[in-house]
Amino acid sequence: MVDTSNLEDLIVCTECDALYRVRQPARGEVAICARCHTVLAAPRAKAALQIVALAVATLILITGAAVFPFLRIEAGGVANAASVLDIAYAFSDGFLTVLVVATIAMILAIPALRTGLIIYVLAPFIVDRPALPGARAAFRVSQELRPWAMAEVFAIGCAVSLVKVADLAQVTFGPAFWMFAALTVLIVIQQKFMCSWSVWNALGSQTPS
Amino acid sequence: MGTESCPNCGARVVSRSRRSLQRVWAWWLAGLICYVPANIYPMLETRTLVHTESATIVGGVAELAAHGAYGIALIILVASVVIPVGKFASIAFLAFSVGSVSRAAPQARHGVHEIVEYIGRWSMIDVFVVAILSSLVQLNAVAAIQPGPASLAFALSVIFTMLSAQAFDPRMIWDGIEDRGAGIARE
Repeated sequence: MVDTSNLEDLIVCTECDALYRVRQPARGEVAICARCHTVLAAPRAKAALQIVALAVATLILITGAAVFPFLRIEAGGVANAASVLDIAYAFSDGFLTVLVVATIAMILAIPALRTGLIIYVLAPFIVDRPALPGARAAFRVSQELRPWAMAEVFAIGCAVSLVKVADLAQVTFGPAFWMFAALTVLIVIQQKFMCSWSVWNALGSQTPS
Repeated sequence: MGTESCPNCGARVVSRSRRSLQRVWAWWLAGLICYVPANIYPMLETRTLVHTESATIVGGVAELAAHGAYGIALIILVASVVIPVGKFASIAFLAFSVGSVSRAAPQARHGVHEIVEYIGRWSMIDVFVVAILSSLVQLNAVAAIQPGPASLAFALSVIFTMLSAQAFDPRMIWDGIEDRGAGIARE
């Protein structure tokens, strides 16, 4: 049994509810739930700086990927180029309009919003300032939105589409395509660096808002 | 304690609620209902100089395989058929196993839930493929692709099953077993 006399150093596995006494993991250590193997804490040195740097790069790439041409095809002397926004607007006729909103949200808006929120939460820590107002709510929203940010799913969708189009027409990649490729990699790395336990600890060491 | 919301992040604190299973089943059923038209109606309508053809999800897979693109056909088959059907079965299994006493090991059931939560979003691939193709392939008379009604039904089905998996509280799998282990740290 875990001694429950001191609530401060207890941690509960969010997946299976097992209770542990927590200590700050040493450098390179990862705390894992013994029962369901969920990662409880994986702190890294100077993670805030790295995550914010990646997040700023991600935001720039999202903006670029949205407006520049993404793919261009040519067949029989006729050509057509599409940006990511054009791709979302493919669903613009009639009842499919809902899909425009959903597609823009999942591949651009939600990734951008999450990245923005993460910068808002973590940037003050880099310069040793107290967290900005509403940082806790901002971090929670960014965590809850995580499954709905589908940039990397879209990337696989691109690969599949390329194969489907290849025998119909000649395809050339626009600048946005490469931006999107880089974006996908950055998002994955950023998620690897993120340890929500450490962020909550940092937010919690300040006066409750 | 006695607090209703988390002092850290402001989220509502709930222990277990029977109603969470109702939410799981509600989203599950909504997802299943949407999955039917998603398979009946065409996903894509392709117009070329000579003819117009419309393809359903399975039809599209068959077409890809006929062209010799087996790898891509497999990706679409897995993302649009195997994953959704597997998800419906897995979520139903998890919800049933919590409702009654299950013999399946909690570790295994927890693994199933983790996979379902992780993999669910990848089903959106086919919706994105439809979007990319129909915005890109607009070559006037030569070839044009339009999205079909199934794209909406399929997208909704994926979203509903994701909500269903999220509504499931994995802690319920572990309720009632009392083998407590200590936290471990590994290199």
